[in-house]
Amino acid sequence: MLNILVCIKQVIDPEMPASAFNINTSSKKVEEPEGIPPVINGFCENAVEAALRIKDNNDASITILSIGNKFVTEVMKKPLSMGADNLILIDDPKFENLDAVSTAHVLKAAIKKIGNFDLILCGRQASDWDNALVPLGLSEMLDVPCITIAQKVEIIDQGVIVQRALSNGYEVIESSLPALVTVTNELGDPRYPNLKGIMSASRKIPTIWNSNDLNFDLESLTAKLKLIDLQIPITDKQCEIIKGDDDQEIGRNLAIKLREAKLI
Amino acid sequence: MANILIFGEASGEEISSINYELLSAANKLKVNIDDQIIVAILGVNNSKKYDELLSYGAQTVCLVKDDLLNRSNTDAFLNASKQVVDKFKPQIILFAKTDLGRDIAPRLAFKLGVPVAQDCIDLEIDKDSQKIKVTRPVYGGSAIAKFIFENVDIQIAIVRPKIFEPILPIENTSGELIELNVELDKESIRTKFIEEVLKESEGIPLESAKVVVAGGRGLGDAKNFDSLKELAKILGGAVGASRAVCDAGWLDHEYQIGLTGKTITPDLYITVGISGASQHMAGCSNSKNIVAINKDANANIFSLANYGVVGDWNTILPAFIEAVRELN
Ligand SMILES: Cc1cc2nc3c(=O)[nH]c(=O)nc-3n(C[C@H](O)[C@H](O)[C@H](O)COP(=O)(O)OP(=O)(O)OC[C@H]3O[C@@H](n4cnc5c(N)ncnc54)[C@H](O)[C@@H]3O)c2cc1C
Ligand SMILES: Nc1ncnc2c1ncn2[C@@H]1O[C@H](COP(=O)(O)O)[C@@H](O)[C@H]1O
Repeated sequence: MLNILVCIKQVIDPEMPASAFNINTSSKKVEEPEGIPPVINGFCENAVEAALRIKDNNDASITILSIGNKFVTEVMKKPLSMGADNLILIDDPKFENLDAVSTAHVLKAAIKKIGNFDLILCGRQASDWDNALVPLGLSEMLDVPCITIAQKVEIIDQGVIVQRALSNGYEVIESSLPALVTVTNELGDPRYPNLKGIMSASRKIPTIWNSNDLNFDLESLTAKLKLIDLQIPITDKQCEIIKGDDDQEIGRNLAIKLREAKLI
Repeated sequence: MANILIFGEASGEEISSINYELLSAANKLKVNIDDQIIVAILGVNNSKKYDELLSYGAQTVCLVKDDLLNRSNTDAFLNASKQVVDKFKPQIILFAKTDLGRDIAPRLAFKLGVPVAQDCIDLEIDKDSQKIKVTRPVYGGSAIAKFIFENVDIQIAIVRPKIFEPILPIENTSGELIELNVELDKESIRTKFIEEVLKESEGIPLESAKVVVAGGRGLGDAKNFDSLKELAKILGGAVGASRAVCDAGWLDHEYQIGLTGKTITPDLYITVGISGASQHMAGCSNSKNIVAINKDANANIFSLANYGVVGDWNTILPAFIEAVRELN
């Protein structure tokens, strides 16, 4: 049986209204918006979907793994209701604001504890810090091949074949297993949980570990990229609204305006 | 003395603009006159043209030729770049956030055990610590963060394309072009390239177009892009789209502008039915002029546009296109 691990991250909803996005500049943190629950990072949900499509056609077991703090269990259980088998939450206040290097180290420790894996799927990047670093680091540390930005992932005998989205098309790359693949939204929307999935997920209890369970010393990591400032960008643009008696005239006036500004 | 190592990029006939942008970023980080800028280009086949970079602030241009260095062999690029680092022992390494750079730089950083600053839009040397301070958008562009390197000997930054003005030639410079042989073991390449399916862009490529006309979910349907294509044609520009459009399958993802799509900096960017989400604006906010046609007066796009029309594109666009055609 194929053992698939999917690494997912809980993030602040990136589609929340701009007015709800606030920063505490002294603690240099984005404030959790009131009344807007966190979500699973979108690309991580695409990674879960990639795992499920593999499971649709192969004998596979899917374990979901996440590191963080203040998990909203209902949110994090969504992959279970979509059809994943197990959920491991590594929940510790120490892991609240990990940088990419530390996250990769903790993930590695967790994966060592889990033991066997054939394929690790990650999102291409997390929508909080937009880093796109953790999976690449993890693959280096686990010494497994890494294929990024997959729009299609298929298992072939003993290996994985991936369509990798490029800015001007895609390329097809093959790798033996174990391997790590990061997934992009071009893969397609994650499936909706069905009733059966929701029922079975409601009976499942996530495995919860903390830093002690991993035997992991965060302090040993000294080299750092330290956050020194976090601000909402100020825009000082003045938008000139084009007016007119009716839409025909407004459309025309816009053209005239752009002509006057020598833009067309 | 510090060595600043740029991993440049080889592509096509001309030297890619990204090399000049990286040289411009590197130049900002030169604090002592004897600081050296080295441009390493991996996977070149024709080396002649690259000595040109010596007139643009590079003291050394280091070319690495090897059949294994083609785009999809990330393992080969990684191993080769490690050997280039071993040779030049740089304190600073710059990559561009391109298909190649964003794949290699993080892995090199982890191999070297040093942190890497992703997607930088500004870099400067902090006077006190002499380390690099980087500025980068985070949370999809909703916030701007500054970071500083601490306790590291090697600082790696990945630079967002089209942010730094390409460097201009520098007079009276001298330097050398060298070719470096690297040892690449076929066995160490763990992935296998099967094929590449590239899409020919119709007309002007999005990234270099002076005028871009883009549509969003507000267009409602794939066929409604016909009028955008028509407008782009009249203006000699290219068509782009928001992610919502590409996710819906109305256009291929090569048309996507934004954080995870293309970065564009046209003179004129006309958006139709695009709300202006931060992740979209991440790819176009450096356009010289932005025009927004949107029926929602409160849409975020109006806080970033120079000219706006609040209304339904169904009636506004045809009149606009007709007037543009007449005026042209
Ligand atoms: C990690 C991450 C990365 C992302 N990367 C990107 C990216 O690279 N590029 C990108 O674009 N997005 C990206 N997004 C998505 C982004 O957050 C928005 O969801 C997306 O840009 C919205 O697209 P839109 O403006 O077309 O659609 P909407 O936000 O739905 O806006 C449609 C607009 O059309 C207007 N409209 C509707 N009908 C009409 C009409 N008849 N006439 C005039 N106006 C009309 C509406 O008022 C509305 O403002 C990303 C999101 C995440 C989380
Ligand atoms: N805290 C975390 N727990 C589990 N997986 C993570 C975590 N952080 C990042 N990842 C994985 O790494 C991907 C890229 O994240 P990042 O490098 O932070 O942009 C995510 O989509 C996840 O798959």
